[in-house]
Amino acid sequence: MLRVIGKRLLLLVPTLLGLSILLFAWVRALPGGPASALLGERATPEAIAQINEAYGFDRPIIEQYFTYIGRLLTGDFGNSVQTNRPVLDEFATRFPATVELALVALAIAIAVGIPLGYLGAKYYGKTVDHVSVVVSLLGVTVPVFFLAFILKWIFAVQLGWFPPDGRQSPRIDATHATGYYVLDGLLTGELDAAWDAIVHLVLPGLALASIPLAIIARITRASVLQVYGADYVRTARAKGLLPRIIRDRYILRNAMLPVVTTIGLQLGLLISGAVLTETVFNFAGIGQFLADAVFRRDFPVLQGFIIFIAILYSLINLIVDVSYSLIDPRVRVQ
Amino acid sequence: MRHSARRRGLIAAAVLTTGAVALTGCVQSEREEGGGGGDAGAFVFGVSGEPVSLDPAFASDGESFRVSRQIFEGLVGVQAGSADPEPLLAEEWDISDDGLNYVFSLKEGVTFHDGTAFDAAAVCFNFDRWRDFEGPAASPAASYYYGNLFRDVGLEVTCEATGDLEASVTLSSAFAGFIPSLSLPAFAMQSPTALEEYQADDLGGTLEAPTMTEYAQEHPTGTGPFVFDSWDRGASVSLSAYEDYWGEQGDVTDITFQVSGDPTASRQALEAGTIDGYDLVSPSDVGVLEENDFRIESRDPFTILYLAFNQRSDSNPELSDPRVREALTLAIDREALVSQTLPEGTEVADQFIPPVVAGYNDDVTTYDYDPERARELLDEAGIPEGYELMFNYPTNISRPYMPNPETTFTAISGMLEDVGITVNPQANEWGEYLDRMQGGTDHGIHLLGWTGDYNDTDNFLGVFFGSDSFEWGFDNPELFTALAEARTAADPEAAVSQYEAINEQIAEFIPGVPLAHPAPSLAFSPRVESYPVSPVNDEVYNLVELAD
Repeated sequence: MLRVIGKRLLLLVPTLLGLSILLFAWVRALPGGPASALLGERATPEAIAQINEAYGFDRPIIEQYFTYIGRLLTGDFGNSVQTNRPVLDEFATRFPATVELALVALAIAIAVGIPLGYLGAKYYGKTVDHVSVVVSLLGVTVPVFFLAFILKWIFAVQLGWFPPDGRQSPRIDATHATGYYVLDGLLTGELDAAWDAIVHLVLPGLALASIPLAIIARITRASVLQVYGADYVRTARAKGLLPRIIRDRYILRNAMLPVVTTIGLQLGLLISGAVLTETVFNFAGIGQFLADAVFRRDFPVLQGFIIFIAILYSLINLIVDVSYSLIDPRVRVQ
Repeated sequence: MRHSARRRGLIAAAVLTTGAVALTGCVQSEREEGGGGGDAGAFVFGVSGEPVSLDPAFASDGESFRVSRQIFEGLVGVQAGSADPEPLLAEEWDISDDGLNYVFSLKEGVTFHDGTAFDAAAVCFNFDRWRDFEGPAASPAASYYYGNLFRDVGLEVTCEATGDLEASVTLSSAFAGFIPSLSLPAFAMQSPTALEEYQADDLGGTLEAPTMTEYAQEHPTGTGPFVFDSWDRGASVSLSAYEDYWGEQGDVTDITFQVSGDPTASRQALEAGTIDGYDLVSPSDVGVLEENDFRIESRDPFTILYLAFNQRSDSNPELSDPRVREALTLAIDREALVSQTLPEGTEVADQFIPPVVAGYNDDVTTYDYDPERARELLDEAGIPEGYELMFNYPTNISRPYMPNPETTFTAISGMLEDVGITVNPQANEWGEYLDRMQGGTDHGIHLLGWTGDYNDTDNFLGVFFGSDSFEWGFDNPELFTALAEARTAADPEAAVSQYEAINEQIAEFIPGVPLAHPAPSLAFSPRVESYPVSPVNDEVYNLVELAD
């Protein structure tokens, strides 16, 4: 098992190398450079040249790439053109916000998606099933930013039940020790701050959960339907086992394998998908900063953040693969 | 089996609880006894983005300056509601006849937030600091204003403390805009003790990778009415009132600059009550907000929106013909443009500087809307009916002088088509747009503008027409020389009449059409009873009045 994990981690190297080349080419193909985005109307040709020289953007692209990779190997991701702070620091500061949001979204997606899918399968062809199908369809078809705007407009602006944006109300004097605001509030005993952070997570969490919720519900429904008709389930029924035991041990456990894969993949997607949600809700995570970086042509941030996200995504996939064998002893990681 | 599963669950819960309790001991609340700072004096201002640097010497963006204006003060301030300079930390100054020496008499009893006394030595420390920037600190991305106004034009500044409260500053050549330029936040006075302690000039890394200093992120130390508290990355910057402030303390005890995003998101935050006010209200939101009892404040315009003609255009070389330029100017109905597409409070422009700027010429040649005459001039210049003209404009961008470029473009296009011109629209994203206008000849006529930094005519006219540039594509040595002479005039009064003459010279040359001076608006919750609007954004919150 360890050897397999080691091999998978080694495979990450060529993957990331390839990604870094693509990324490098892509960000430089964006029209307009960081210098003019930074200087705006004040950009004289001399000032632009000076900035390009300072950041090395005036050198041949191959040379720039190798300099970049050389630095990367020493853990130096460069500095943000916009804030002049190390990309690593920017990522570390904003990462907790995105993790908090992604976990809340995932929790919502699982808590609603699995029961919805299960009920859809159990009451196949009935009203509950139709609801389940419609919700899944809506979840994947309504664009996240649109849903985010609608949620914000109804529940924050019109009804005033939730704050419209941010991670914490500016009027709350909160201590931020870990950067995970809910956790911070609980750890420091500032329960009002923890509650405030939770309230701020609801709308963005719902918006971000929409796609994974729909996908989890669909996969659960399909998978449960398949297991429902399996021989061992029929046998279990014939044996007169309690319906709850049939559900928990025979159906759900067997039906969960594809669902777990999906959940794992969704977690990776949630982190990258947070770009839109965080932008609409002004949620200071990596997504919002990444979106800003595109507009500001902040090359080092674009490259660094996307590489971090790729590493995360790969690691999450690996964890999902490994967790197969825990759920289903028949599957042994080869 | 079932029992063991339940037991496992119980053990897990017990472990989690124990862990949480143990961690609670490690992380201390930093709250002061008795709770938060009190809501009565709290003022939350929504901003579109974070500051870049809290050290104003290394900033050139509006959001950095908005924060640093609360923390720092310069020798020279700005008169309330105008753009004119007035004494601030310097009580008065004497200028030598040759315009090279300035003797500043400093205010007594002022201290920096770290307790350091403000005196002539501190003033000279700051002047010397700017002059001695090197490496990354001397790049335009860092010390933009010092570079632009002094370093890059070879203007050397030396300072000598001639008394405890008297500093003598000498320039290597005369600069008529010196006093107004000192009202820029970039030239605010900072505590020598803090600058040294936190190595504020050591921008770290190398030229390839400069980093902002710890000072610029966590320890900005000035003499202003508010002290820096904290910067929550990506979310907010907090300040609190400086107890030993020499001036008026005001109603506001705590300021939070909360990142509230674009104008729509900011409006929603204001409506939801999470912020007390925000800047650059969309023209379309003004009416709705007013109806709902929010307070709208407009600044006097300190902006210019213009339509530029590229006289070295690849596609339209005919723009070098003055008759064509005059015809295009006559074809544009600026009154209609302003009333139909620009926010309330916008003034029609007939010069490239707003009326509050020194050197504004009341008798300048103007070109009133006259489509008939425009057609005649085009005929005289041999321009056929249906002549194709490249018209460049930016998309997905809103600037204080150009809230909605697409609408402005559409309105002007219609007017040009009315005189027989076929517009070839060319839209670009902002960064690409600037590159195209300022870095080559592949553009025809285009929209751009400027928001002034401080009351200096050169900050408008010098920026546009001071030298040969891709944007305008003309070589007019007479104009370049006149601008250089006005900039280096020893007597600021004389410079005013020189600039008046230059404005006439520009009006006759027609490098482009000055369209409008849009006025930016701010919106506030009803608890904000007054806000000190300033055309140059010199808004310090100790003058904000809050309802009880």
